[in-house]
Parts: sequence; structure tokens; C-alpha cells
Amino acid sequence: MSNLLFVIAVLAAAVVGGYLFRLIGQKTTQNRPYFRDMPFLVAFGYVFGAILIFLCARLYLQPTTLESGVPNAVTIFFRWTVHLIAGLALAAFLFRLAGRNIGTDGSKRLFRQMPITASFGILTIILYCIVALMPEVFAPYGEAEVFAKSYVYPFGDPAANGDPAHILGTDEIGRDILSRLIFATKNTMFIALAATILAFLIGGIAGLAAAIFGGWVDSVISRSVDVLMAIPALIFQLLLLSIASFWANSYGIPMVLFMIVIIAVIDSTRVFRLARSVGLGIVAMDYIEAAKLRGERLGYLITREILPNAMPPFLVEFGLRFCFVFLTIASLSFLGMGIQPPSADWGTMVRKLADFIKFAQFLPNAALLPLFPALAIAILVLAVNFVVDWILDKSSGLKG
Amino acid sequence: MGSIAKIIAQRLALGVLTLLIVSFVIFVSVNALPGDFAQAIMGQGATEEAVTAMRKDLGLDQPYFQRYFSWLGNIITGDLGISFAQMNFASNLGGDQLISVADQIYPRFINTMWLAGFAALIAVPLSLTIGVLAALYRNSMFDRIANIGALTSISSPEFFIAYILVLFLAVLNPVFLPVAEVTPGITLGERLYFLALPALTLTLVVTAHMMRMTRASIINLLASPYIEMARLKGVSPMRVIVKHALPNALAPIINVIALNLAYLITGVVVVEVVFTYPGIGQLFVDSVINRDIPVIQACVMIFASAYILLNLTADILTILSNPKLRHPK
Repeated sequence: MSNLLFVIAVLAAAVVGGYLFRLIGQKTTQNRPYFRDMPFLVAFGYVFGAILIFLCARLYLQPTTLESGVPNAVTIFFRWTVHLIAGLALAAFLFRLAGRNIGTDGSKRLFRQMPITASFGILTIILYCIVALMPEVFAPYGEAEVFAKSYVYPFGDPAANGDPAHILGTDEIGRDILSRLIFATKNTMFIALAATILAFLIGGIAGLAAAIFGGWVDSVISRSVDVLMAIPALIFQLLLLSIASFWANSYGIPMVLFMIVIIAVIDSTRVFRLARSVGLGIVAMDYIEAAKLRGERLGYLITREILPNAMPPFLVEFGLRFCFVFLTIASLSFLGMGIQPPSADWGTMVRKLADFIKFAQFLPNAALLPLFPALAIAILVLAVNFVVDWILDKSSGLKG
Repeated sequence: MGSIAKIIAQRLALGVLTLLIVSFVIFVSVNALPGDFAQAIMGQGATEEAVTAMRKDLGLDQPYFQRYFSWLGNIITGDLGISFAQMNFASNLGGDQLISVADQIYPRFINTMWLAGFAALIAVPLSLTIGVLAALYRNSMFDRIANIGALTSISSPEFFIAYILVLFLAVLNPVFLPVAEVTPGITLGERLYFLALPALTLTLVVTAHMMRMTRASIINLLASPYIEMARLKGVSPMRVIVKHALPNALAPIINVIALNLAYLITGVVVVEVVFTYPGIGQLFVDSVINRDIPVIQACVMIFASAYILLNLTADILTILSNPKLRHPK
């Protein structure tokens, strides 16, 4: 109840403060247009923002241990959050700074127009790719190497059940979390990339074919896609995976293969929709008509005339689909139907370590165990989304 | 009005047809199992006679299409079969009090509807407000913060959002409960209190999508010439939005809402597992892991019907909100 009252008090203070702020601004500046025409919502926003910053600063500066010796978990977590965001922002800023000064003129110009979010996205994607390509170099231990002590907490402080040999701790059977996180990058990114590429091959070819041939080919494919899309994607994937697990058991086919194909087929329906509409737009163009009249073959039409013009929307869609597939794999693994142990995987790690969240009040370090893998997913997907958003914004011409 | 009635009737018929085809797709995929159900229920150790008897019990000795139609007929009359777990229990212990899948699903279905409804009730007004504001104050500080917030929320897996909320609102500040194990016969207040965190998680997930779509469709609309015209003749900004933009924005907004409510259906699965909420999503995941085919089949049918129904409603509402169709010349 007191929490609710506090929120109401803050909002009320911002309403009154916003009104006063605008009034004082008008009086002291002799009605400058900026203050005269300021909508109330904007004034409210300024004051509300100021109050929020003040509250955050107060929370940040509180001591990390209470008088009773109990850790002040709220402040600890808040500081971690602030440090994480500040660290990421700083890295992105330095990366953009480096990009502005190193490289060719073209790349320099690109970096000069880049918002901080996009530079964060590009940096993150590069780092994840490097880690995914050679996990053995970065991981201190093997993927399935088991150590004597399970549930070691992060940050290597022996007083807080840490171990300097396992800087991020160990999991339920004593495997090093940092190594598992690094190997999971490879496993998850490989499956996500394979599924996305396959989805694009299936959906892209079917969509372009529907656009080019039209008629009954178009109707048949479109109606089948409509039916597949009428079943919620995650639900359908779970159903098919549970059936595939019977097949995997009886014929010894690796489950990963089924996963890639099932995710790709269901995701290709979305790609199909895009490919078809993009294809229809291009097929109606005069230069296609001209090429047809020249008597070019279908292969030439697709590779030389249609694909180059369809590339930008496909690239953006590829980024978005990759995010989607990535989150799907995480959800499937979290639900226990995704990447199977002993392969390392983020979703599974979250599920297995989730109970530590409930100890956050007294063991803040332990509560981080499930948050690391979840963060690893969120940061990568966020990075791709930021880059896609930037490309969309750049190409849409919808500017300020 | 005749033409509208006709279009709606067509859409309804199309919806029913889609549902029929979907049921067939589900039936075909389930029957793609290697071996068959009987073997799957009894396990590897079963004798040949026992498996044959079970096969006969389930009607598996009948032809393919006949089985499909009898399954479909059963679904329509509300008979969703009996779960493997129950059958196994009965065949080993000889009990005859079998709980049917329909009885298993019904209370959970109600629970899930509560959760989805509660989440929708918060999410729809919230995201429409933020989306319209972000479109009006485009490229302002508010718009940028809203956009980054939405992207962050879209990029996070549902379980991450759920655990972050648990961390901050249930463990560090014990305002709500970290689990939502509702029992039958609780009061409305208690139910809402239990549901707060799961509903909030779903709200965050859906709001991000809905707000971005709303913003995009309003921005699209504000670029049209008649809005420019209204502004130029000096109509107040509020009036431009309410009188000129909103009637035309109705169709896209309805679509956005329906799409995202459909998205809730998928989100429900993960969220129910995180909060151990006794809904249909959790039952579905449990039976997927235990490979309990009759329950899986029934759950997928329910999810798909809800999905199709939502899209159908959106379709019909869009038609109804289109002035050209409402006032035919």
C-alpha cells in the first residue's frame, strides 16, 4: 500500500511541479516562445524525469550493507544494472569513436551518422560472432567438464561461496558457467543461423515463384501458408518437436536436425508472405516486362533482375527473423524441448538455475546465476534489433 | 447492409474451413508417429497381445480417414479423449474412474482466460496511449525512450522479463507473489493479486509490439494530405486527432490489437511455466514433455481455435469500421 501511495505522490508532485516549472519559466524569461508554447505534457515530462533521476541517484548512493550486516540487495542490483548499461554504452561510444577515425572514407562517413544504439548493435554482433566461431579459445574449461563443487556463486569471493577459478560460478552439477555460456553461443547461434537461412531458402523461393507464376501456383502455396499460419508458431513447433522426439529415439537421428527443419518450415511462412509481396511489386515493373520481351530465361530473371532489387527488404527481414528464431530456440530450450544436454544452451541454463532468484534478498551474487544466460540472449537480440531499426530508419526516409 | 452481411458470412465460412483444415493437419502430424499410439502408451516392455488389445480399444485398427472423422466428431461433441497418463494408470492399477481430457482442460482453460484477459485489459489502453503519444511527439525524448524501452522488451525472452519482474517486485520488494498457484474458489481480489506478476509480464511483452505498431500506423496516417489540410485550416491538434485521424486509424488499430492478443496465446505458455500457474499452457508443456498425445492434440486445437477466432474477429471489425462498406452508394 505504501508503495502505491509513493507512486501516486511522485506523479502528483510531477503534475504540480510541471505546472510551476512552466509558469516560472514564462515569468522569468518574459514569455519566450519556448516556454509560452510548451504543452503541459512536455513540462510534466521534464519534471518527472528530474524526479526519477534524483530518486535513482539516491538509490545508487545508498550503502551496500545495512546496519544489521544484511546486504542491501536493492542497491546492489541497481548498481549492477547501472554499471552494465553504462559499460555497454561506453563500449559502443568508443567503438563509434574508433570507427570515425579509422578506416576508409566510406566507413568513416557511415560511423559519423550512426546513433549510439546502432554502434552498440554492430559491436555486439561482431563480438558474439568471434566468440561463436572459436569458443575453445575463450572458454577456460571444456563444455561438459565437471568440477567437484556445484553451485559456486559468481565473482570468485571465497567468503561469499565463490571460487576464483570459476569467475561466474558453477551450475547444478559443477560445470563452469562462463565456459557453458561461451559454448552455448556457438550452439545456439549455429542452430538459429541454419534455421533462418533454411527458412529464407524455402520461403524466398516459394514466395518469388508464387509472384512470378501467379495463377493456381500462387493460390495453392498461399492457401497452404494460410493454414500453417493459423496455428500459433510456438505451439505448432512444440507439437512437432514432441513427435520428432519419437522419431529421434527410434531411428537415432539427431534432434538438432529436426529442430532446424521444424523451426525453418514454420518460420518460412512469414518469409513467404514478404517474398511474395516484394516479388509482386517488382514483377509489375517495366524493366521486368522488358527483360521478358527480350526473351530472358526464368533463372536470369530471378538472379539478375528480381533479387538485386529485393535485397534491402530481405536483409532487414533476415535480421528480424534471426531474432525471432533465436528467441524461439531460447523459449523451446527453456520449456525443455530445445537443445538437449550435454550441449550447453542459454534457455536450459536459465530454467535449471531459476530458483536462485528467490534468494536475491540475502545472496545477491547467487541470484545472478540464472540472469547471466538470460542477459546473453537479450543482449544479442537487442543488438540485432537496434541495427535493423537503424537500417529501416535510414532507408525509410521518414526523418525528423 | 446486405453486402456487409454477405462479406461477414463469407469470412465466417472461411474461418470454419480453416479450422477444419487445421484439425486435419494436426491429425496428420500426430499420426506421423513411428509405430503407433498403442505402442507409445504401453511402452517398450508391453506384450504383443496387450498392444493389440489397446490398439483395438483406441480404434487404431480402423482406416485412416475413418479415424480422422470419428476424432473430429468426438471433438465437436466435446469428447477430447483420455490422456495416456490416465490410461496407463488404469491399465496398471485397474481403476475405472478415468478423468477425461475435457475435464482436465476445463478449469485450466478458465484460468488461462483470466490471465490473458487481465493482461489484455492493462496492455491495450496502455500501449494505445503510449503509441499515439510517441507518434504525436515523434523524435522527442519521450519517443526515443519509449522506442528503446519497446525494443528492449521485444528483444528479451518472456522468461527473462518474468524473472526480472520477480526479482524486483516479488523478492527485493515483496509487493507481489513470485508464484501464482491459484486454487479453485478464491475470491476475485485474491485472484487478481496472484495474477499481478504474470499479467504484468505479458503486458510488457505485448505492449512493446502493440505500441510500435500503433505508432507506425498513426505516423503513416498523419502524413496523409487531409490531415495536413485540417492543420492548415487551423483545427486544434486534439480535434485533428479525434475527428480526422482516429476514424481512419480504427481499422489498423483493431488489427494491431487482434494480432497482439493472438500473440498473447503463445506468450501464455512460457509465462504459465515460469509462475507455475495452473493454466492450459502449463498443461500443454507438461504433456509435450511426457508425450501425452491426446492432451497435446486437444491443447493445440484449443490454441488454434482461439487464434483463428481472434483473427476472424479482427477481420470482421475491420470491415465494419470501414465507412466505404458501411455506407454503400
